[in-house]
Amino acid sequence: MVEAGGRRFEAMIEAFLPPVFAVFFSMALFGAFVALAGVDPIEVYRLMATGAFGSWFSVQNTLQRAAPLLLTALCTALPAQMGMVVIGGEGALVAGGLAAVASGLALSGLGLPVLLVQFAMALAAMAAGGAVICFAGMLRQMRGVNETISSLLLTYIVIAVFKQIVEGVMRDPASLNKPATRALPDSLMLGMLPGTDVHVGLLFGLLFCLFGYVLIYHTTFGFAARVVGGNPRAARLAGLPVGRLVLIVTALGGAAGGLAGMVEVAAIQGRASAALIAGYGFSGILVAFLARQNPLAVIPVAFLLGGIAASGGLLQRRLGLPDATVLVLQGILFVTLLASETLTGRFHLRRPTAEVKEA
Amino acid sequence: MSHDFQLSRRSLLMGMVAGSAGMLAQSVPFGRALAASGLTVGFIYVGPRDDYGYNQAHAQGAAALKSLPGIKVTEEENVAETIAVEKTMESMINLDGAKLIFPTSFGYFDPFVLKMARKYPDVTFMHCGGLWKPGLPANAHSYFGYIDEAEYLSGIVAAHVSKKKKLGFVAAKPIPQVLRNINSFTLGARSVDPAITTQVIFTGDWSLPVKEAEATNSLADQGVDVFTCHVDSPKVVIETAEHRGAFTCGYHASQATLAPKGYLTGAEWNWEKVYAGFIADILAGKTLPGLIRGGLKEGTVRTSPYGAAVPAAARSQADAVKAKFEPGDFVIYKGPIKDNKGQTVIAGGVSQGQTDIALESMNYLVEGVVGSVA
Amino acid sequence: MESDALGWWGVPLAVIAGAIRVSTPFFFVSLGECVTERSGRINLGLEGTLVMGAMSGYGTACLSGSPWLGILAAGCAGGLFGILHALLCSLPRVNDIALGIALMLFGTGLAFFLGKPFIQPKAPGLPSIDLGWWSSLPQVRSALEVNVLFLAGIAAAPLLAWGFRNSRWGMIVRMVGDSSDAARAMGYSPDRVRLLATAFGGFMAGVGGSFLSLYYPGAWSESLSSGQGITAVALVIFARWNPLGCFWASLLFGGAGALGPALQSVGVTEGYYLFNAAPYMLTLLILILSSSSRRRLAGAPAELSVTR
Repeated sequence: MVEAGGRRFEAMIEAFLPPVFAVFFSMALFGAFVALAGVDPIEVYRLMATGAFGSWFSVQNTLQRAAPLLLTALCTALPAQMGMVVIGGEGALVAGGLAAVASGLALSGLGLPVLLVQFAMALAAMAAGGAVICFAGMLRQMRGVNETISSLLLTYIVIAVFKQIVEGVMRDPASLNKPATRALPDSLMLGMLPGTDVHVGLLFGLLFCLFGYVLIYHTTFGFAARVVGGNPRAARLAGLPVGRLVLIVTALGGAAGGLAGMVEVAAIQGRASAALIAGYGFSGILVAFLARQNPLAVIPVAFLLGGIAASGGLLQRRLGLPDATVLVLQGILFVTLLASETLTGRFHLRRPTAEVKEA
Repeated sequence: MSHDFQLSRRSLLMGMVAGSAGMLAQSVPFGRALAASGLTVGFIYVGPRDDYGYNQAHAQGAAALKSLPGIKVTEEENVAETIAVEKTMESMINLDGAKLIFPTSFGYFDPFVLKMARKYPDVTFMHCGGLWKPGLPANAHSYFGYIDEAEYLSGIVAAHVSKKKKLGFVAAKPIPQVLRNINSFTLGARSVDPAITTQVIFTGDWSLPVKEAEATNSLADQGVDVFTCHVDSPKVVIETAEHRGAFTCGYHASQATLAPKGYLTGAEWNWEKVYAGFIADILAGKTLPGLIRGGLKEGTVRTSPYGAAVPAAARSQADAVKAKFEPGDFVIYKGPIKDNKGQTVIAGGVSQGQTDIALESMNYLVEGVVGSVA
Repeated sequence: MESDALGWWGVPLAVIAGAIRVSTPFFFVSLGECVTERSGRINLGLEGTLVMGAMSGYGTACLSGSPWLGILAAGCAGGLFGILHALLCSLPRVNDIALGIALMLFGTGLAFFLGKPFIQPKAPGLPSIDLGWWSSLPQVRSALEVNVLFLAGIAAAPLLAWGFRNSRWGMIVRMVGDSSDAARAMGYSPDRVRLLATAFGGFMAGVGGSFLSLYYPGAWSESLSSGQGITAVALVIFARWNPLGCFWASLLFGGAGALGPALQSVGVTEGYYLFNAAPYMLTLLILILSSSSRRRLAGAPAELSVTR
């Protein structure tokens, strides 16, 4: 048993060696890039460390920025278990944010307990976000439409409908120059984690990631989903309900994205407006891929990217680097990481040939 | 201090209300302490600071401060109206030691600037948008300019130049600030020739280059021959109109170099002057009011120098009206004014001066504008 | 009243004119991607390539004073991105869809980073060709004022269609796309063919990007592309990997994009956000209608991952 556990641990380490290698390799590449731009790379990394983790303020800044990414990453990572590449997290987030505000406003006058209303808001948001991504899953299942392209097109469409509603029927006439819905009552706003400046949405993200991990790796449902991801034809032959699995998993991914929208309105914006379209959904794609679609690995990766985002301002202000510097670093990381997939299975803590001989 | 930053009576009153209400007032020793040790000023822009438009106008204001002794300017661009701006402000305060911050986008104010102003009462926030109300933190100042005065003058010039009597306005969204510019531009034009119409196209967002170019071309196809716009970067509209052989009036900053043939004049911000005035006041230890607004009279806004295509009659008429704006006794919104659906929005005999709060929630297009706010 | 206002007739005219003005980037991206996908790979990174092409084309034109050099530079930058995609994809276990998303991010980021100094300066634009000289209507003349890239796009579509059917190269590309094993048996390296096909796709996307910055709307800015690159990839699927289909799909898409502003210019002002989303709705609708879960899409390369 101990030996088996040790092997499993080693296998996990081996699985994570390529991405770790990729991170260091991209740091070297990015260092060379900023050096070419005439900036000292050591100084860049020192500032990034300060901006991301250098003080209690910086740590909280990082955590705040990581919070929505935990959820939007799941919007890509969960469907990825079934071999699907979904990039509609932004659409799910926006739909979720609008649903949360609509339900919050509708229920706020009825004298219901705050927790119940907040719960209803979260449910509405998850249903809305789930519907968007589930639709992409349905199109894939029923019409064979590629989900990567349909989820992106759906995002563009959802954003257009969102703006039409927020600046049309749901517009608060008092929101003069920044068109928005009416504000949620203060009582419905999510609070902060005790002793910090970080809202409880962070907790939602962590819990959802844990839930995703358990679901995927420790239930028969998750096992079935992964079988479909590995080989859909074999899964169908084995009698697995492939269509239903696709619908449920895409809906769950979308629900995570929708919940991110609820957190954004109920912890930060207080109302729905175009400010909701801030690119968290797109950053989530990057997080999911860097985490190799593992819901548990999403957590550290979201913190890493939250930290990069938190330190971006400092690079602009201290070194005069453009805001796109962070995008370049993210791009290099993303490309290098995918390329490192080719190394999977080539890192071994023990020499495989020697093992074969021993066995 | 001879800077002539005059304040409207209303904003002065509001400042006094706040003071007497016992709000956290700007502490006086603050200014003296700063003069000795130097002042770090943070500027936050919502887009790229060289966009030939909104952000560039602010960045030019920031650049004017850099040359002042003892002032250190720190800038961040492309900061979204989310937690990002809150954290940028806080980072400027905590890591850069900024004591004065200019969050220059309208959408930063509520809730982000307000939250930070409550958390850091010893930091001064100068927000661009004119959103401060009595009861809000006194260190969360908000300023804006009556740029529609300059739009009115642009309208006069446009009316003289237009042969087809059709003006075009490419706008982002039907919000009060934008509607006021469209209406003032149109009223200015119709003061010259009541037969003139202004056709409006809303693109839906602040920066959509292809859509803006399409809107300009569509309007040109409908016979529009003088264009202006209210989007973040007027570059595309001005260049496309120039290409179609039409005339243009600029916005935010001067786009004269982009349209050497057709550029007539434009409504520009004059943040260089305004920001230098703020700094001087703060260093002198003066208390700034919460809400600060100004127009041509205060030098908050200005017009671009006339282009070669502007005839003498247009120059003299626009200059004459400008001369009335400068002492502050010209009223654009003087009743009776009808909207473009035929309803009276300002009754005869009623005159809404620039500081009138009713104008801040404008939700109509005046008679002569083709388009709708819905 | 005014003899030269077209009123409602302006709407179809504006849609046609818009189709001509707006569709050129779609031509180039979709024709290039058509070749890439026929070889059995999909490159979703063309959005980043397009933005990179727009920036490098504008920057080169600024520095050299020649828009033609700009187009060339844009194409080369795009080709390099194509080569990067192809090389990394030829490694085992590297997924072409995911890598495309990564290159989208990288290309956009790099273009924004390097493009900062070029937001302000004015580059010499591409000249236009006046095909509307016969008309007395200024609107028609303006609509028919076309760019040489538009004509090149029109010429490229039938040329590619012919090439796929009749040339040796066309056959090799199609064979690699339908069965890499068969191609290998015939002595062709699928990786090398795909490298060339993806580099060509990147080159075309780069040129398409330079059209945006050098001709219409004709300036470099960070909000220049609103997803033209990625939607062009979707166009290829609903054009069924047929270059002539790509051509018509691009025109349709450009025209749909012009509908919103055109309707507003005649006074239809309700729901402009929805009109602005019309091209995306149209694409999705056609994708839904033209796909099926039971059979593979007609004309789909068998090796292509998106249709599997």
